Amino acid sequence: MNTLQEKYADRIETTLAKYPDKRSAVMALLYIAQEEYGWVSPEGIQDVAEVCDMDPTQVKSIAGFYTMYSERPKGRFWLQVCTDLPCALKGAEKFHHDLKEYLGVDEGGTSEDGMFTVEHVMCLAACDKAPLLQCNFHNYEHLDMEKMKVLLDQWRAEVNAQVNKS
Amino acid sequence: MSLNIIFREKDIPNIREFDVYSKNGGYEALKKALSQTRKQVIDEVKASNLRGRGGAGFPTGVKWSFIPQDNPINYVVVNADESETGTFKDRQIMENNPHQMIEGALICAYAIKAAAVYIYLRGEFWDVAHALDAEIARARKAGLFGPNGKLKDADGNPFKVDIFTHLGAGAYICGEETALLNSIEGKLGQPRVRPPFPANKGGGLYNEPTVVNNVETLANVPWIINNGAEEYKKIGVGSSSGTKIFCLSGHVKNPGNYELPFGVTFRQLLYDYGGGPLNGGEFKAILPSGGSGPILRVTDEVLDTPLTYDDLRKFNSILGSASVIVMDDTVDIVWVASKVTKFFKHESCGKCTPCREGTYWLDKVLDRILAGGGKESDVDLIMSVAKNMQPTTLCAFGEFAANPTIWTINVFPEEFKAWVDGSKKPAEEKAVARPARERVAAAAAPAGD
Repeated sequence: MNTLQEKYADRIETTLAKYPDKRSAVMALLYIAQEEYGWVSPEGIQDVAEVCDMDPTQVKSIAGFYTMYSERPKGRFWLQVCTDLPCALKGAEKFHHDLKEYLGVDEGGTSEDGMFTVEHVMCLAACDKAPLLQCNFHNYEHLDMEKMKVLLDQWRAEVNAQVNKS
Repeated sequence: MSLNIIFREKDIPNIREFDVYSKNGGYEALKKALSQTRKQVIDEVKASNLRGRGGAGFPTGVKWSFIPQDNPINYVVVNADESETGTFKDRQIMENNPHQMIEGALICAYAIKAAAVYIYLRGEFWDVAHALDAEIARARKAGLFGPNGKLKDADGNPFKVDIFTHLGAGAYICGEETALLNSIEGKLGQPRVRPPFPANKGGGLYNEPTVVNNVETLANVPWIINNGAEEYKKIGVGSSSGTKIFCLSGHVKNPGNYELPFGVTFRQLLYDYGGGPLNGGEFKAILPSGGSGPILRVTDEVLDTPLTYDDLRKFNSILGSASVIVMDDTVDIVWVASKVTKFFKHESCGKCTPCREGTYWLDKVLDRILAGGGKESDVDLIMSVAKNMQPTTLCAFGEFAANPTIWTINVFPEEFKAWVDGSKKPAEEKAVARPARERVAAAAAPAGD
């Protein structure tokens, strides 16, 4: 029994039950590994490989193919800004640039307090609500820097409240 | 003009909920289909002229008829990967009227004798997928399908097909049906060599015959079964029957999804529904099918063209998924070509050399032009690279990825000319804001992970 099997037994079982082949569960399992380790770490890859009866190298190649698995540690809030054409027509490139400048990060970089990672992402299928970003897989739409600053403060406050509690 | 076959939430609030959907005729089409023979159901869908709404426009009933009925295990896969730049209709269907898609998928499952339905959602539809799972669970619990399904088909056999969602993780190519199948199987999401096709033994999911249909396509099916093919054909024009959801984005006052009968014109879509140009500019260009379809120069002739699968061909363009991106006269077309090419460069799966390398070269040359270093020969160079990508890849991605450059050059040659003859120069800021920061970030990543 590895860490994932111990801590996420129910979710793993439900996932495996969907498919005639264990290998099909690899994508869902990688999400669970990312949730547990904060990124798809070597331990996470190993755990997933054991559950899916795959070679860790194969699991690693799947993790590397998709943009939603992070192959290195990220900030607590992973901000992925869409800068594709429809969003860019509505000022998303400037928004993306201003956000990085405000947080003092380069593309793909993480703010000094370890809170925010910013990167651009391909079309998020909500082009009528541009500019928008995805934060830890939830969309925030019709953004500008004013609204963004409010959100950033709110997220910071949530984390600080959690830290103070524990 | 308003007829909501799919966006029924406009007429019936909260139809996304199982109880509300059921009270408003929900799942009656499934029961009606089950009372008929499989052949009758397929013939009805064939007769309706329903064509694939994902972009290819292939006749849906014909696709269903390819599946061998004597095979013990067949599959239905719903393509909810919606990743084309400018496309956001399937999201709205699944958020606001998910059961109609589920019902359509179940009718297909009955018609092709499927063992299970898999709905492949792009990973970014994380919230959509979780809400969908909850609605599927409600319908399953009500005994409509799944291991405890209470319905019976025309021969008295219990209907026990089950439905599962599968979440992708961010890869445009998984919208290509064979890449999508690989992705469900836990392999790299790269297209397969065809034949065998998904409908053939050896070509579908887990090697079994499989129908892959788009969300919007399947959401039309319950209406067709309830009202009949003849009624459906009264909506739309010619071989483009029914309604289409147009995803309108870019420089219009009212971007959004508009469900309209085929045959509506660009003028109606852009002005009557879209509210005209944003910021009072003039419309200059339209990408009618997201990033992958050939661009159009806005003229009166284009504006008055009926939007059907056939009519856009006269401009060498396609209706595709009807993801209409509109640009006003402030837009630089070479920048548009570069922007869309960067998308395809990022999303190329890397399997076929012409596409993997070609998208890099196109991007490089376009960057050079936009940095002010373009040469007159660069336009021919781009054309040569792009045209070598088109006939040489396993899937349609190579063709799509070459379209933005080929067609911007064909339709707006003067814009490229201005850049390469030196009459147009980059703004100071843009020239410095273009370093390849991705590489810097990658180099800074911890080694050995």
